[in-house]
Amino acid sequence: MVEPLVHVEGLKKYFPAGGFLKKVWVKAVDGISFDIFEGETLGLVGESGCGKTTTGRLILRLIKPTAGKVLFAGKDVTKLRGKELKAFRREANIVFQDPYTSLDPRQTVFNIIMEPLKTHGIQVDDPEGFVTKLLYEVGLNETHLYRYPHEFSGGQRQRIAIARILALRPKFIILDEPTSALDVSVQAQILNMLKNLQKKYGLTYMFISHNLGVVRYMSNRIAVMYLGKIVEIAPAKTLFENPLHPYTKALLASIPVPDPEAARTKPKIQITGEPPSPINPPPGCRFAPRCPYAKDLCRQKEPKLKEIEHNHFVACWLY
Amino acid sequence: MSGPQLREPLIEVKDLYVYFYTYAGIVKAIEDMTFTIYKGEKFCMVGETGCGKSVTSRALANIVPSPGRIVKGKVIYYRDGNPVNILELSEEQLREIRGKEIAYIVQDPSSALDPLYTIGYQIVETMIDHYTVKDWKEGYKRAVELLREVLMPDPEQRIKNYPHELSGGQRQRAVISIGLSNMPRLLIADEPTSSLDVTVQAQLLELLRRLVREHGLTLFLITHDMGVVAEMCDRVAVLYAGNIVELAPVDEIFKNPKHPYTMGLLRAVPNPQADIEKLEPIPGTIPNLIYPPPGCRFHPRCPFARDACKREKPPLVEVGPGHYVRCWLHAE
Repeated sequence: MVEPLVHVEGLKKYFPAGGFLKKVWVKAVDGISFDIFEGETLGLVGESGCGKTTTGRLILRLIKPTAGKVLFAGKDVTKLRGKELKAFRREANIVFQDPYTSLDPRQTVFNIIMEPLKTHGIQVDDPEGFVTKLLYEVGLNETHLYRYPHEFSGGQRQRIAIARILALRPKFIILDEPTSALDVSVQAQILNMLKNLQKKYGLTYMFISHNLGVVRYMSNRIAVMYLGKIVEIAPAKTLFENPLHPYTKALLASIPVPDPEAARTKPKIQITGEPPSPINPPPGCRFAPRCPYAKDLCRQKEPKLKEIEHNHFVACWLY
Repeated sequence: MSGPQLREPLIEVKDLYVYFYTYAGIVKAIEDMTFTIYKGEKFCMVGETGCGKSVTSRALANIVPSPGRIVKGKVIYYRDGNPVNILELSEEQLREIRGKEIAYIVQDPSSALDPLYTIGYQIVETMIDHYTVKDWKEGYKRAVELLREVLMPDPEQRIKNYPHELSGGQRQRAVISIGLSNMPRLLIADEPTSSLDVTVQAQLLELLRRLVREHGLTLFLITHDMGVVAEMCDRVAVLYAGNIVELAPVDEIFKNPKHPYTMGLLRAVPNPQADIEKLEPIPGTIPNLIYPPPGCRFHPRCPFARDACKREKPPLVEVGPGHYVRCWLHAE
């Protein structure tokens, strides 16, 4: 059995949402478990508000979980302190969705990329050469060294953000919608670059996105989230060709396919309604109110994630 | 779909130029734009950020925002068969058309609704202004019907709600019912589903398709998503940096794309239904339209660029029935 690089178990995050006499909680992430193995990309998909980003932040301990644990290379991230936490921050990092707010507008590209090295007290002999090399890795060059973020396009800024992370030679990177703010012609450039870097440095990715086409292209395995729960995990190809959970099926049927002929003939499994609020999630299976196959059992008891076939996990009473 | 020879034009855009006069310089947002939208069709405009698709749609109703100005061109609207140039009408005449004959649905439903009035009030207001209903009482009755038509859950209650009490999808349904309230001839939808989740998007796209079918609407849809194009349209115009680079029936665009930009765009989008080994991105980025590249605006990113492409702008030529391309590869 291979040890996973990241092991998540029973992870929960409740945010307080006011309430006067009785405290009200938003159950953003409500008891999820999964593994990420070295060198792979785990895709995390779901609609807005399902808890994808919160999950990413919990793994990196940018926020503290309400319950559960996250093991990174065997160590419990939720219990790390001081030096150990700092060392963890070197190895695991995140690329944010919005490249317009994640770079300091008053710093040059050189300073932006050197900043994490200073924080971690790492000396390099030839800083300029070091940064230039990194810039080449992400498709920029030495002419960009002393420019400021506003001089770059969205795609280029995302490249700078990635170079800044590579400076620390991390093992694990969470990519939180890294191309959602970019145009499609530029998106493909960034995706290919991320794939190349992964191969070259043996990186492990968690790729968070709502765009199923992009997730399929990037991931080895995909986890589907709905309202704070993981409803299905499977290898990318299996998930798309043989989705089991009714929500996954509906999600796949909802994506507009860039092929007019396929669009006319594709099956219509449309679900009605919208995701309910995570403040008072429905009892039982959270998808039950929108599910065409819901039975009484679904409304009463919550289904557990079960391995149906090799590597294919589903949380649904149908199976 | 009706035969091409029977098609009656609803809107003709002729030689349209729109510039934005900013402090940094003149942004040449749209140049040399010519196309026709026929009655009853679903016409799509697709392109990336800043290609001018939204500006074009706004020019159709003469609502180009400042500092933008329509520099030249015509927008001919066939009003009961009589051609009128929208750009030459008085404000009063325009008001009769806007919201009644031409309705507009914007991308962001939250900013399209007034937070201080109920959904019901805002729907009825549009009908009262255009004398579609005789009084508020009848208006509210009609508003409930409209909301039911756009599949709003529990419409009798919803008309009493304020925008902040509704979800994004419900707000967009409310905006669509305002658009439909006067039974417009042309419905312009500018990225109507971009701010919504895919499952909700699928519901709304199906709704728009049904409305076009059942009410004989003409739909002008603007999107950046090739998937939405494939699912929704009869004909497509592909925009790049303020120019139409290709215009064709939807199957032609996907099966037989002619312009290098269209081809690149199709190869750069990861198709969720296929296992793709490697995407082929389009190199470079979108040009700055204050100083657009000379000649063909796509030439700096085009793998087939030749000398002619750098010097002179290619004309839009017909290469097949209803299939137009602006590229020197096909101009000779």
